Amino acid sequence: MNLLWLAFTIMGALLGIVLSAKAVDSSMMLHGMIFSIASVLSAFALIARNYRNIRSPSHTDTNGRVSYNTDIIKAGVIASAFWGIVGFAVGLLIALQLAFPALNFDLPWTNFGRLRPLHTSAVIFAFGGNILIMTSFHVVQRTCRARLAGDIAPWFVFWGYQLFIVLAATGYVLGVTQSKEYAEPEWYVDIWLTLVWVVYLLVFLATIWKRQEKHIYVANWFYLAFIVTIAMLHIVNNLSVPVSLAGVKSYSLFAGVQSALTQWWYGHNAVGFFLTAGFLGIMYYFIPKRVNRPVYSYRLSIIHFWSLIFLYIWAGPHHLHYTALPDWAQTLGMTFSIMLWMPSWGGMINGLMTLSGAWDKLRTDPVVRFLVTSVAFYGMSTFEGPLMSIKAVNALSHYTDWTIGHVHSGALGWVAYISFGALYFLTPVVWKRKSLYSDALVNLHFWISTVGILLYITAMWVSGILQGLMWRAYDAFGFLEYSFSETVEAMHPFYVIRALGGALFLIGALIMVYNLWRTVRGDVREKEAGALVLNMEFAGAR
Amino acid sequence: MDYHSVSTFAQSYGLLYLFGLFIAVLVYALWPRNKEKFDKAAHIPLEDD
Repeated sequence: MNLLWLAFTIMGALLGIVLSAKAVDSSMMLHGMIFSIASVLSAFALIARNYRNIRSPSHTDTNGRVSYNTDIIKAGVIASAFWGIVGFAVGLLIALQLAFPALNFDLPWTNFGRLRPLHTSAVIFAFGGNILIMTSFHVVQRTCRARLAGDIAPWFVFWGYQLFIVLAATGYVLGVTQSKEYAEPEWYVDIWLTLVWVVYLLVFLATIWKRQEKHIYVANWFYLAFIVTIAMLHIVNNLSVPVSLAGVKSYSLFAGVQSALTQWWYGHNAVGFFLTAGFLGIMYYFIPKRVNRPVYSYRLSIIHFWSLIFLYIWAGPHHLHYTALPDWAQTLGMTFSIMLWMPSWGGMINGLMTLSGAWDKLRTDPVVRFLVTSVAFYGMSTFEGPLMSIKAVNALSHYTDWTIGHVHSGALGWVAYISFGALYFLTPVVWKRKSLYSDALVNLHFWISTVGILLYITAMWVSGILQGLMWRAYDAFGFLEYSFSETVEAMHPFYVIRALGGALFLIGALIMVYNLWRTVRGDVREKEAGALVLNMEFAGAR
Repeated sequence: MDYHSVSTFAQSYGLLYLFGLFIAVLVYALWPRNKEKFDKAAHIPLEDD
């Protein structure tokens, strides 16, 4: 099996060299080289592994317990923390660019247009994606009571995904883009991601296949929906014809309104299945685990799951109100978005009520505070979303900063907070530490970043509504009251407040990384020793 | 298949299909005999080692 993987790496190295040598543009030349170097490094890693004589680990340890693959989780914790900091930092930079345009530095590589997709991809796909892959590998092993399937395959998923991130990110900075929001990478990077994703699906399915637990726990259903749907969306939206097999440029298979609808079918379901379904998988495992109680209602979780996946897929057209899209399709998108209130509140109630009888943990355990606040933000932003999809509201909110505020209340409040909770939970578990280094620092992180989020979203609400109202203001003669540049000028103070919020959020994340780093080293903050929330898996049988 | 027939199909059979699915999910989730199974399933994350 090792030899087969080795053969793949050699083929990859050759392919990279050929692409680089035959490249018709400098970006493909660079990407061919990166691909080649990555392949050679993997070949070395495989050979080194062989010489160190690492055999496929047995599925149970000497005590007959399942021996879980924790190395892959450790790598995931490190990668998510790293990409999180990168993504938040680039976000702060582009927020500052909007407030102070001189920060574009008049260079092509650092202008807002290229850095914005770098930010969105870094936070969604690099940070969020690594969190999802890592937690899904942890949850599927634990709830199936089976070691993660495959020996090299999970590592191919991990490193292949990092390579995808590097290719996408370097491409953005060099100006390689197919101009589809959240699907900017060009055709060859899309093909690579498809390969990685199929192996990811296979590893996940094979682990479920050999499970010792009869029932497949609900978190795995959410993860599976996320993996399968993302594969489908990614492949369909990225159907395109490359101009040359050795060049970066391609043309989409769709044009006009079909292209727009396919794009927002993809774009909205990236939110629905990547940022919602996947992270709900995290919620359904980590909240019960952290508060040590079963989920409030398992029946509700089933209704939550099926209504979420059957409704979400139709909501995309709400991004295209008042466009060339047929009117009934717009109304359909709006109606399905409104119906999403149902799974939204089902999920929120289920997450929050899991704490009933254990609400005191909110006071004593700062990690629970992160998890619970994330569910509150989930409820809030998924209430706001359908509201904004109503055509009359959308007429005011669309194209304004209100949308940006909405996205960030979901992305920072829900996605990042549940991820931070999972990271704080997992680090002591996989590194077998008694507790975190410090709970006080978790608390500090919580308050700094919560203030950051509030500054961010309130600034964007005010600026968005102001912007929307200024755009639609007419004078007595029916002329527009304000020129566009006047509306931009009015945004300035809010952009400064937003950047401040982003800075606080980044500082909070840096505190987390420090705390996790000390935890991994096995340190305990002396002042808090004895008062820290214990890692239950450590205090138990081990 | 022109625009009109697509929209008619979506507005009639689409509604029935999704509503039918929803009813099926409700029945499955609330069926009394499944209660024990689900209660046990809810404890899966808490039982591990």
